Amino acid sequence: MGDIRKVIVAVLCAAGLSLQAIPAFAETTLRAVMQSDLKILDPIWTTAYIVRNHGYMIYDTLLAQDEKGEIKPQMLDKYDVSADRKLYTFTLRDGLLWHDEKPVTSEDCVASIKRWAAKDSMGQKMMSFVDSIDVVDAKTFTIKLKEPTGLVLLGLSKPSSNVPFMMPKRVAETDPNKQIEDFTGSGPFKFVKDEWKPGDKTVYVKFDKYKPRPEPASGLAGGKVAKVDRVEWLAISDQQQAVNALQKGEIDFIEQPSHDLLGALKKDPNVTVLEVPQLKAQYVFRPNWLHKPFDNPKIRQALWYAFNQEDFLMATIGDEAYIKECKALFICGTAFASTKGTDGILTSNMKKAQELLKEGGYDGTPVVLMQSTDLKVLTNLAPVAKSLMEKAGFKVDMQSMDWQTLVARRAKKDPPDAGGWNAFLTAWVTADVMNPVSAAYVNSGCDKASFGWPCDEKMEKLRDEFARESDPAKQKAIAEAVQLRNIEMTQLIPLGEYLQPVAMRKALKGYLPAPAPVLWNIEITK
Amino acid sequence: MGHVPLNMFAYILRRLLQTIPVMLVVAVFIFLMLRLTPYDPAAIIAGDSATAEQVAQIRSQLGLNDPIVQQFFNWLGKVLSGDLGQSFFFKKTVAELIGERIEPTLSLAFFTIVIAVLVAVPLGVLAAHRQGTWIDRVVMGFSVLGFSVPTFVVGYILIYVFAVWLNWLPVQGYQHISEGVWGWAERLILPALTLSVIYVALIARMTRASVLEVLSEDYIRTARAKGQIERRVLFRHALRNAAVPIVTVIGLGIALLIGGVVVTESLYTIPGLGRLTVDAVLARDYPTIQAVILLFSFVYVMINLAVDLTYTLLDPRIRY
Repeated sequence: MGDIRKVIVAVLCAAGLSLQAIPAFAETTLRAVMQSDLKILDPIWTTAYIVRNHGYMIYDTLLAQDEKGEIKPQMLDKYDVSADRKLYTFTLRDGLLWHDEKPVTSEDCVASIKRWAAKDSMGQKMMSFVDSIDVVDAKTFTIKLKEPTGLVLLGLSKPSSNVPFMMPKRVAETDPNKQIEDFTGSGPFKFVKDEWKPGDKTVYVKFDKYKPRPEPASGLAGGKVAKVDRVEWLAISDQQQAVNALQKGEIDFIEQPSHDLLGALKKDPNVTVLEVPQLKAQYVFRPNWLHKPFDNPKIRQALWYAFNQEDFLMATIGDEAYIKECKALFICGTAFASTKGTDGILTSNMKKAQELLKEGGYDGTPVVLMQSTDLKVLTNLAPVAKSLMEKAGFKVDMQSMDWQTLVARRAKKDPPDAGGWNAFLTAWVTADVMNPVSAAYVNSGCDKASFGWPCDEKMEKLRDEFARESDPAKQKAIAEAVQLRNIEMTQLIPLGEYLQPVAMRKALKGYLPAPAPVLWNIEITK
Repeated sequence: MGHVPLNMFAYILRRLLQTIPVMLVVAVFIFLMLRLTPYDPAAIIAGDSATAEQVAQIRSQLGLNDPIVQQFFNWLGKVLSGDLGQSFFFKKTVAELIGERIEPTLSLAFFTIVIAVLVAVPLGVLAAHRQGTWIDRVVMGFSVLGFSVPTFVVGYILIYVFAVWLNWLPVQGYQHISEGVWGWAERLILPALTLSVIYVALIARMTRASVLEVLSEDYIRTARAKGQIERRVLFRHALRNAAVPIVTVIGLGIALLIGGVVVTESLYTIPGLGRLTVDAVLARDYPTIQAVILLFSFVYVMINLAVDLTYTLLDPRIRY
């Protein structure tokens, strides 16, 4: 009996302690399930979208794009461009503080721009125009160009990976190829490193000394007001469980609910499913230019006639409400989208595809097509591609693997029968494929290009021309020329677009439509 | 009698020494297996639009370009000095990661095994006692079902009934015991029930078989002839003599639970060692995978030793 009594006393004591642990005031906590778990914390070192989202929580940007895609000052009070468009002068706002409460200075920003530009493809292109970046005083710095380019403002307001986030000078001076160890930002939330448990949760708390802009929040611009005290990103890997948890009110927000579960969510009166046009994504087919048969432009061209977008979209998303056929290279509805040169392609015209294969002298070399099996939005792409390619006369060796294996294998330049590959399919979000400089797969710089290594001098000249141009009408004309060149040379094939809605509890108000999911401006109303 | 503890001590020491080559073999095996698979942690770390040059730089920083033998001895040297290394991905030491994950896994294993033993042993004894009756058939039917239905299916059913429909328990998550006992227990009920189904099936079946074997022994007939009540015959005489194989199964069950709760932890979002293993494998985080596999092996060996030692308590004839 004595033992039982001791156990009861111990349990009561523990229960008492647990009650004491409840805080004396009600703290508002936003619990979110993001697209994946946060494992890396340096948004300049990696392009992973989850790390970009983390960046938006704790860092700020000099410029930002609003809901309409217009570039607005963010950390900047103002910027001036000289008459010859070769000198940009940037002035920081008053009262900006780092999370350690030291003031943000132009020295910090110059170091941050340099680190970002060393890693980011658009930043690298921008730096090829830059003569010098100089500190004028604590709040002012200049960028002096060798020749005019529109890339300065476009680059510094780049909405997606890599975003030019500002960091303290001591952090920004870290070698761009090494990850940062200090996570001091100046954004609306502070990262709580002690509570960060990869595979479990990531915690942010409101930065009370953040000074938001006076304008209302719009897209990634305007006043970034943190309206909750604490944000927790929970690593719920099972989609059904995330939906269960949202419906029960255990979490407040899901960034990427699976399309097949949207029906259940839409029926729930306590849940809102929000369609954000900026969160559209584009499926792409990427051929490898290094090896047979896709080292031959005629054979690559046959793919444009073998494929049609509907088959890919229906096999993956399967709901007409969330898909859009769009043959433009740059996402439909954005500034550089065009229908130029798209007549007759992507219609599964097998006769034409077979003719091109014959013209190209296709000798039956099997195409090693990599299929990603663990990411639901990608899994069915490769089987559709295989089927259509075989109808056109290709021999296809589809090899299934998880996404991480695909990521590792696509970096290999070896021949397909020695561990390399011929093609794979993936998806890009709108913000990454909006113009010829930011779209990684348009880069045709041979060894400097992304996996697939297209090598096309004419395309590179067009991209350079685009970078030099700042007149929107002329930029559009160049973007159209880039699209035509892509159809001719096949750096990539766009396979249609899909919309990825977000889901949240009805009590959440103020979610901002933007190219990246941002959690400022959101309040929990009850 | 004075020699017994000394023999036992020598036995334990010998078994502990035997773990060294076992662990070494495990270390070599897991190290080679990871290095020989066509995976590249650097490509995963580098992200989606990294260039081949960036991937190569990261590979070099991680030391993955060094000869495999050199990589192995670098790692082994650190492990022997108590340093499990730094995770490639999590900006934490592997020891820290494991430290954070042990409590949820041990809690889940504890709950599961308690439920399994409390339910399975009486059921097994009852089935043996009522051999051939409907009770026996129901217990054995449940046992077959428990083996056959995948854990995630059991989990989804329990979640739907108790969390979504009846709204009695949380859908997912884990709360540390230091944050409140009820919150901790409440979040473990469904995962432990889910996980215990297969162990109930296994232990009940083993208990039934062992007890049936013992029930035909002469001393059981003697106990009954002496007029002892049936419950006493079953639990004092039969179960105790049938305990060795049952304890073996329970012991192995505990060992499997420590390393085998991957599906349940993933389903219920419990940040335990199982999920750490999955995350580490998906991210090709070599130092973390190596450390957790070594840990699982060590736990397995230790539990086997504990089970062997328990035999001496249950059966005085067994001596080492």
